[in-house]
Amino acid sequence: MKADPAGVLAGAHYLDGDFACGEGAMAAGCRFVGGYPITPSTEVVERMSRRFPMMGGIFIQMEDELASMAAVVGASWTGTKSMTVTSGPGFSLMMENIGLGAMMETPCVVVNVQRGGPSTGLPTMVGQADVMQARWGSHGDYELIALSPQSPQEAFDLTITAFNLSEIYRVPVMFMLDECVGHMTEKVVIPKAEDIEIVPRRLTKKPPGEFFPYRVNGNSVPEFARAGDGYRFHTTGLTHDERGYPVMSADCQEVCVKRLLDKINDNADDIIMLEEEDIDGADVVVIAFGITARVARMGIELAAKKGIKIGFIRMITLWPFPEKRIRELAGKIKAFVVPEINYGQMVLEVERCAGGKAATVSVPHGGGGVHDPDVIRDAIVGAAK
Amino acid sequence: MEHHLLKYLREEILPTTHCPGCGCGQVLNAFVNAIDTLRIDPRGIISVTGIGCSSWIPSPYFKGDTLHTTHGRAIAFATGVKVIRPDSNVVVIAGDGDLAGIGGNHLIHAARRNVGLTVYLVNNYIYGMTGGQVSPTTPFGVVTSTTPYTNAEYPLKIAELVAAAGANYVARWTTYHIRKLIASMEEALQTKGFAFIEIVSQCPVAYGRRVGLRDGVAFMEYFKENSVSVRKSKTMSEEELEGKIVVGRLARRERVEFTESLRKIIEEQRTGTGA
Repeated sequence: MKADPAGVLAGAHYLDGDFACGEGAMAAGCRFVGGYPITPSTEVVERMSRRFPMMGGIFIQMEDELASMAAVVGASWTGTKSMTVTSGPGFSLMMENIGLGAMMETPCVVVNVQRGGPSTGLPTMVGQADVMQARWGSHGDYELIALSPQSPQEAFDLTITAFNLSEIYRVPVMFMLDECVGHMTEKVVIPKAEDIEIVPRRLTKKPPGEFFPYRVNGNSVPEFARAGDGYRFHTTGLTHDERGYPVMSADCQEVCVKRLLDKINDNADDIIMLEEEDIDGADVVVIAFGITARVARMGIELAAKKGIKIGFIRMITLWPFPEKRIRELAGKIKAFVVPEINYGQMVLEVERCAGGKAATVSVPHGGGGVHDPDVIRDAIVGAAK
Repeated sequence: MEHHLLKYLREEILPTTHCPGCGCGQVLNAFVNAIDTLRIDPRGIISVTGIGCSSWIPSPYFKGDTLHTTHGRAIAFATGVKVIRPDSNVVVIAGDGDLAGIGGNHLIHAARRNVGLTVYLVNNYIYGMTGGQVSPTTPFGVVTSTTPYTNAEYPLKIAELVAAAGANYVARWTTYHIRKLIASMEEALQTKGFAFIEIVSQCPVAYGRRVGLRDGVAFMEYFKENSVSVRKSKTMSEEELEGKIVVGRLARRERVEFTESLRKIIEEQRTGTGA
């Protein structure tokens, strides 16, 4: 369906990534935000709390990030598109109820404007070291989706995509900005509402009594009933059967949890967004995301002057990981070069998927700044030898 | 003949998991009595629970919408529900460990916001589900499985704390005062704004055996003998109140409910009449 014009600030704007993300959320139909102030993410909720009343949206500044994430999952169970916004320390606190959201199959978006860590780390300075946490931060086995924008325009566009994916797969989507993208100001073009496609909640048409909250018929994602509509349903973070009732058994665990994994993994090809350049005939493929993708392009230009054939993959989707594509390329190229603003996180996945068929070169950066393009150039040159 | 309150329960998953002599059954009984008396349509009740024995009072047995969430976070979760569904009765039933311990901060701030939740805190003085560990309401000097040489901490007066935080309705009763509890639960359900009842309850299995109260009946006698009314408590010294359970209504206010304030702001901004 088309976006609600009330939430769409159509036109060309000069926005930072945080504001653009907030505008994207409102355009996507987000009408509830629970959040807690934390740099460098707070501008998102400052923007939204100002604009929200005009479209009937509600922002609550909760007492902490535990409460923020809990309120977001709660609001989503009323059928309202919901989001929270944070940075590393708050992201850590949210992990508990991100797991609840995954287990209850709750559409919602979690924005993490990453700064350097661990702990309090580097407030206001860039990091990309929460990408593994985005995937593995809550306990137990589950799958979710994580996206990484490289610009304010993408912060807008991909926030809408994040909401849409969360509705399609009934899963929390991690929206992994980094501080550079969050605080960078660029031109952002917001289309008219009628040009923005949004995915509404897939509500059941079954009457109460015939509806089972976790019954799937061929589809791997169940239909949704809103709390308060009279369905008298049960949902829980406990392992549950199709009625939502808790069942403590290995058999039920297998059915309940396996589907949480399958619904993402089986649709990975539809979910994964990559931007590829000059892959054919490349000896070295650089893989990067977020602000580092923009810096890496300069490193690639510098290395190309030395006659090296370099391909580039920008990961827009971080999770699910583009496993298939990396495996395909591994047999054809000499090496992958992976710059990222951490001490080597996504490179572990690249290395796993390369399976020894191509070398894997990590180009780490501890955070607080971006890579020197010369460092990336040198890594490419080294990998090409 | 079917019991007239069975229609409020999910018969297909009874009996409950609660132990013999537990007070949770009494609380469930009181709750469905209250909604039956008030003729509240259970389709309009959204129950949100946390983790612990008391959360199993409605989850999964009560036949409304029942959302069984994480430990301590039921009130925060329910806040997200209530602001979107202000016309539903959003009810949280959970224990002392859940609401006074791990979720204590959420309880304070929900009371401060005066969000229109109905919260029944079932205080059995112990972490029952995990096998009898000390809780924030366990009395000083009691032996528990994690205070084997007696508890060196003092218990939290949780109802008084919620009253101080600004809730519109606060009361405390015990499972012995079942009729007064039902009447109080009705008042709470009819309150606009944050309504809170501390229900002092019994756990013979994990707590009672530590303090010489081995079954439900022993607890009923204990609650009867050791309860004093709010009115009488005002004439007693702190020493005299030591070990007593003050029962009755502790607060009643008419502050505007949180969701109403939010809706008013939205309306004012939409019509251009606001600040």
